[in-house]
Amino acid sequence: MRLIDILDRITRPLLLLLVMSVDRILTLIQGRVGIDKMGYFFVLPNLLIFGIFVLFPMLLNLYYAMTGGTKLFPADRPFVGLDNFATLFDCDDFLSPNSCQEDLFWRGIFNTIQFVVLQVSAIVLFSLLTALALNRRIIARGFFRSVFFYPVLLSPVVVALIWKWVLQYEGVLNAIVELFGGESMRWLLDTNWAMFWVVFVSVWALMGFYTLILLAGLQSIPPELYEASSIDGANTWQDFRFVTMPLLMPTMFVVLVLSLIRAVQMFDHIFVLTGGGPGTRTQLMVQYIYTTGFSNQIQLFGLSAAASMVLGVSLLILTLLQLRLGNQSSLA
Amino acid sequence: MRKILALFVILTLLASALPAMTQDTVELRIRWYNDGNEGEVLRDLLDRFEADNPDISVEIDTVPYSAILENLPLDLAAGEGPDMARVTDLGGLAQYYLDMTPYLSDPAYWEENFGPFLNWKRVPGDDSSIPGFMTQLTITGPFINRTLFEQAGVEVPSDMSDSVTWEEWAAASVAVAEALEIPYPMAMDRSGHRFAGPAISMGAMYFDDMGHPTVMDEGFRNMAETFVNWHLDGTMHPEMWPLSEGYANAYEEFANAELAFYMAGSWAVGQFSEAIGDAFDWQAVPNPCGPGGCTGLPGGAALVGIVTTEHPEEVARVMEYLTSQDVLGEFGARTLFIQAHAGLSESGIDWNTDLQLAKDALSVFVGQVGTLTQTAFDLQAYIYNRNVFNATRDRLTQALVGELTLDEAIERIQDDVDTALAEVSG
Repeated sequence: MRLIDILDRITRPLLLLLVMSVDRILTLIQGRVGIDKMGYFFVLPNLLIFGIFVLFPMLLNLYYAMTGGTKLFPADRPFVGLDNFATLFDCDDFLSPNSCQEDLFWRGIFNTIQFVVLQVSAIVLFSLLTALALNRRIIARGFFRSVFFYPVLLSPVVVALIWKWVLQYEGVLNAIVELFGGESMRWLLDTNWAMFWVVFVSVWALMGFYTLILLAGLQSIPPELYEASSIDGANTWQDFRFVTMPLLMPTMFVVLVLSLIRAVQMFDHIFVLTGGGPGTRTQLMVQYIYTTGFSNQIQLFGLSAAASMVLGVSLLILTLLQLRLGNQSSLA
Repeated sequence: MRKILALFVILTLLASALPAMTQDTVELRIRWYNDGNEGEVLRDLLDRFEADNPDISVEIDTVPYSAILENLPLDLAAGEGPDMARVTDLGGLAQYYLDMTPYLSDPAYWEENFGPFLNWKRVPGDDSSIPGFMTQLTITGPFINRTLFEQAGVEVPSDMSDSVTWEEWAAASVAVAEALEIPYPMAMDRSGHRFAGPAISMGAMYFDDMGHPTVMDEGFRNMAETFVNWHLDGTMHPEMWPLSEGYANAYEEFANAELAFYMAGSWAVGQFSEAIGDAFDWQAVPNPCGPGGCTGLPGGAALVGIVTTEHPEEVARVMEYLTSQDVLGEFGARTLFIQAHAGLSESGIDWNTDLQLAKDALSVFVGQVGTLTQTAFDLQAYIYNRNVFNATRDRLTQALVGELTLDEAIERIQDDVDTALAEVSG
């Protein structure tokens, strides 16, 4: 007798017993709540997990945001209502962080906005171009697909360290610059270049993932449509404009939403590459939240939680806005 | 068959009795970080302790220093700390320390030998608890690469005078860097603690008449201004402060002879002994002087018992072993750490190194104890000193890159300190 048959003999009655038990329980529940409400029962396990690991921490965070002091446990913390939010929004001029009580929070906001706009645009653009290139019949297509995806597999710390070595004063980049007669630069110390490199490195590290999604979207477009447009005399640009883009739009929105969320949450690459510097030039909201809540000797959990609520709500609004725009464009 | 059955029963009984036998061994955990080889030395010493005390086993959980600063306080606040921990935020975490007095066979030994340093680990108002001992007493101070000075033909300022100013060191270091085209004349660890010694030397008071921490005085401003200017004119390592988050050091640059003058502290002696050896002449020099004195800042790390431990007696036994004069002396000798133990100060430590450079450096640091000012001691003993140090570090960094003017930065340091303290008292 083969091993598989032995296993089959053992497991079959067990499985049968399990199915019958589950069936009996479900029939019992259905008899009590009615078939209309059985849907709730099926989503209950997921809701429980969501409730315990997402909803409860969110509510706890909201509570922390309305408390002060430095104690860790919620019960020990004095309720201060919206004071932490008032502190965050206490500004003479919202466009000038130095006029705000929590200037670092506002620097974080402005840096985050700049980073998100630059990084998401770059990711969408370069991922699309790369996906279009990799969708063509080129030599060593599989190899290139792997090459572009490879950085995604690397730990953010490794990515940031590699680029730190490349960009340091005695690094590879300056060696190349000097080779062509240029002068070495402190790339990460220059306030303008620092933001550029932070965006560049994060795009380099992450675009492979979005390229893969777009590539899947491109491959799901039926080739017949291109054949039809070719018969109609469409050129390459018209193919792209009237066939590829409209059909790729839902995938593009997925990429947009995912990359936007990831960009707003960006921490690891930047933390290792520049530490948020020079000064606070590349310090984003998430780093402010972390520093305020955890890395100072006197840990301001309330202020940190309030800032994270602001970040969460901003992200929610942005995502809803994107989804709405996405729905409108697909209806049009 | 019966024999097999009997053997099986005996083995089963033995197996079931085994956990009961091993249950007698108490396992203690130490949360530890390393500056150099001290983890290895501690393990070796504890192995000997375990051999003599089979009822106690001690596990060392080595973590990065940042985890001691950031994660340990949260674990302690949540009541989930280890049995013992090596800490540097001595007063800030004092509320979580175990008072070992009732469990020690000779508490007087501790008062006698660690007396002045026990206060650093006590909450305000407590003048009797015994929470642990200093694994090292540190003093901040500069190192120079003497070989570079000689190669550049620049006189070492401390050879000519006992009270060299910061400006004189800066000028000499720049001269060395220019002559030899090394990348950095000077560097200072990215730490408000390291900055504090020079600031006090320039006249910073750090406390007002009410004992509240303040940086709003001329002395602090003078050092801050000098420090910012040194970054602008290239005297200081240009990237270390602006391009880091939290603490950063320049060990590598100094060991690679890219640096003429480096403001660090006594704990680096062990590192340099290993990393540099006698590849070039490195030397600790006395803290530079200003109108407020020629002071560094004392400090150090301590091994403390944690109040939530379920085995306070065993913790005390381990501590008693580690603090016995012979064992602590061996720990100090092998790690090249200065010890805060009165008996060892009297007898001296026979440093376990053939490297004369390391012995000389340690002598310089030990000799610095007498030059430390009262302000330096007060600041070290202040339980929220890291609050002042971190605000100094972060806000001065903003001034270095032009995000804030110097005056704005100083005001922000004061605001940050006051806001955080208000939360503590609120």
